[in-house]
Amino acid sequence: MTRETLLNALVLLALGLLPVWAHLSDEPFTITLATRAAILALAAVGLNIALGLGGLVSLGHALFFGIGGYAMGILASHAQDYTPIYDGAFTVPGTKSMPVIWLVAVAASAMAALLIGLLALRTAGVYFIMITLAFGQMAFFFAISWNAYGGEDGLSIYVRNSFPGLNTLVPIQFFGLCFGLLCLILLASHLLARSPFGLALNAARQSPDRVMAVGLDPKRLQLVAFVLSGAVTGLAGALFADLNRFVSPTMFSWQTSGEIMVFLILGGVARLCGPVIGAAVFVLLEHWLGGLSEFWHIWLGLLLLAVVLFARGGLVGLIAGRARAHD
Amino acid sequence: MTEPVLETRGLVKSFGALRATDGVTLDLRRGEIHAVIGPNGAGKSTLIKQICGNIAPDAGQVRLLGRDVTQWSTMARARAGLARSFQISALAMEDTVLQNALLGALGASGSPYRFLRPALGRRHLRDRAMAALDRMGLADLAATRVATLSHGQRRQLEVAVALTLAPRAFLMDEPMAGLGSEGSLALTRVLDGLRAEAPILLVEHDMDAVFALADRISVLVYGRIIATGTVAEIRANPEVREAYLGEAP
Amino acid sequence: MTPLLIVEQVLNGLQSGIMLFLMAAGLTLIFGVMGLINLAHGSLFMVGAFAAAATAAATGSFLLGLGAALVAAACAGALVERLVIRRLYDRDHLDQVLATFALILIFSEGTRWIFGSFPLYLDIPPALSGPVTLPGGIQYPLYRLFLIGVGLVLAGALFWLIGRTRLGIRIRAGENDREMIAALGVDIARLYTLVFALGAALAGLAGALVGAIQSVQVGMGEPVLILAFVVIVIGGIGSITGALVGALLVGLTDTLGGIFLPRLFALVMDPAAATQTGAALSSMAIYMLMAAVLVWRPTGLFGART
Repeated sequence: MTRETLLNALVLLALGLLPVWAHLSDEPFTITLATRAAILALAAVGLNIALGLGGLVSLGHALFFGIGGYAMGILASHAQDYTPIYDGAFTVPGTKSMPVIWLVAVAASAMAALLIGLLALRTAGVYFIMITLAFGQMAFFFAISWNAYGGEDGLSIYVRNSFPGLNTLVPIQFFGLCFGLLCLILLASHLLARSPFGLALNAARQSPDRVMAVGLDPKRLQLVAFVLSGAVTGLAGALFADLNRFVSPTMFSWQTSGEIMVFLILGGVARLCGPVIGAAVFVLLEHWLGGLSEFWHIWLGLLLLAVVLFARGGLVGLIAGRARAHD
Repeated sequence: MTEPVLETRGLVKSFGALRATDGVTLDLRRGEIHAVIGPNGAGKSTLIKQICGNIAPDAGQVRLLGRDVTQWSTMARARAGLARSFQISALAMEDTVLQNALLGALGASGSPYRFLRPALGRRHLRDRAMAALDRMGLADLAATRVATLSHGQRRQLEVAVALTLAPRAFLMDEPMAGLGSEGSLALTRVLDGLRAEAPILLVEHDMDAVFALADRISVLVYGRIIATGTVAEIRANPEVREAYLGEAP
Repeated sequence: MTPLLIVEQVLNGLQSGIMLFLMAAGLTLIFGVMGLINLAHGSLFMVGAFAAAATAAATGSFLLGLGAALVAAACAGALVERLVIRRLYDRDHLDQVLATFALILIFSEGTRWIFGSFPLYLDIPPALSGPVTLPGGIQYPLYRLFLIGVGLVLAGALFWLIGRTRLGIRIRAGENDREMIAALGVDIARLYTLVFALGAALAGLAGALVGAIQSVQVGMGEPVLILAFVVIVIGGIGSITGALVGALLVGLTDTLGGIFLPRLFALVMDPAAATQTGAALSSMAIYMLMAAVLVWRPTGLFGART
């Protein structure tokens, strides 16, 4: 067992057990914090597929996060108002069922990722960064001007959506759901990194010429990675909206894109649990520093600067050493 | 006469006023090593890029196994059986030797869109990659990161990746570059045995290797082929001696 | 819809486009010469606006405010370049994005710390306030005309600087070949600081100029930054001409789209729905423009083609 495997196990164990302890000692706020960390981690796990494996520096992942959020908001608001989403030749009702919402969130964000990826992957490097950022901003302004779904004020959902067999209003149960999804998708991304697709994608990041010379299309590999990445971040968006029972254009903002990337960098790019550690540290800092000082973002900025300039590889890199090649 | 495996017909490519290739016609026949030599700036790399599909010619054709592939992408040409090695190693430096070879096997299998089962667990991919590494004497280094390999070992890996593709034709861009005399000799032996599997279009600066290996040599000067022939013919050709070896006729 | 309205909107578009150019020119120059993507460029825009507002409030002079904006932004730019940016030149784009994102956090929160969360206001000086009557009887704010004029003068000066001066020759040489100009004995480190400070000064000045027609507040820089990115994607990275054309296209598309799209939809929809759809789509118009350019010419209108 390598140090990184050990660290991964410890981190997941801690994140999984802390809320259990909080539940037993009746501290629901701690459970909410842990749920928040798990959901944000999931968003960053999504970004890690594009950025860590694929080398695609997307500064527009808030777009997928927001699409997931609005998928939840739109479906649930129609369900709570008992109005159909579409009423014409056939009727599309809203829903309060999480699995359905998740499916819609994943499909919609994957579709958006496909369209944006097709455009943005016509270029590379710094163009890609600017284009993804710009499309994120486009969604932000669209959400603001979309008055049917709350415009600038966003949408409130009064009751958390339901999952068969669970009472999602109980914090620990909702946490369990989010944490379970996080673990499932971590496992999938672990397998992905070692799969034929992961191997090819990894090579496309390092040497696209080589990948072409063996007859594979690096842009298509990257497009598939971008779609998978967007879909996972979209799922996280739906969960985040359910945690807050609220969606607003803020989910689409460039700050959100930046923060998702920050989780990844604080933790460690292309490391399995990098996003989890990064998101957990971020939530802790937000909670502690935010309590100490109104201006805690300054400290976050300085910390981020220090990590980028002096601790490349993030916290996982500091603790477990440089990344090794997959065996 | 059998059809050539790889063929260019009147390839022209200009950059502004400069004609980098000026009507290049070449063929690569079954079982041979055909060397292309020429002084720096003769247009060799532009020629390679057109054959591989990195740049499109202004005029002329590239034909592979009797088909006109001039409009095909690099990827399609590779899938049709054209394997190349790069002058400056284009390997995945963070990955291991085996992973690089696996990439070739994966390309040959044509199905990279498998997401869950590990690449290393796929027997046929792994066997194919290991066989290629074995032939290039790299099997012991399978788990080593490419970044830590010596220059010569990277050159060998370049050839090994090309081998995994089981190609119909090789295009090798200065495989001997930067190798010591011992390394050149070893690689010369490998290439010698390779021509029976698939012919090699060999663009090379190392004259010892070229004269030892080539069945035919074409001399490229200022974008034009000034002579094509056997080693003896090329050695004796006065035009070549003048243009290339810098001797007065 | 009257011709007067069209003229007015075209002028508005020119005004916002030319201010956008001041941002985009600095960004594209910094990318072209140093290969750096600088997210904190919007912070320098904000620094300029705050410096101008604070100075103008203290001294009562708009002109001193503009001077302060130039100096403050250039100094902030030079300082940041020396302390942080120069460590990023040989890093990959990801590191550059993150470090300059960190700088945004530091600049924004630092400004909030010093000036508080309430917006400042920068008054248009009396000599430039009020409308003027243009030929054809159009009433148009004098200050906006002033912005167009200043922007055009600055654009001209920038083209002159890049195209005709010694410094410009060095900058262009730096875009092509770093080692070459080092070999010619140019102090690269100083050249880079200078280019960065120049870009920062342009951004700061733009912030101060625009600050008089909107409120001066934390976070004002980033929307402009993102628009400037759209400009660069459209114009092509590294091209000042591209930045100018892109900026004017974006400025005009944005203002004209906001006015005309709802009216266009009113032809086929009922008014309420048309306003709704038109507003939503006009907020996306410039991004559609960007997407169209990407399909047609992925490296931008004036970008180097590979």
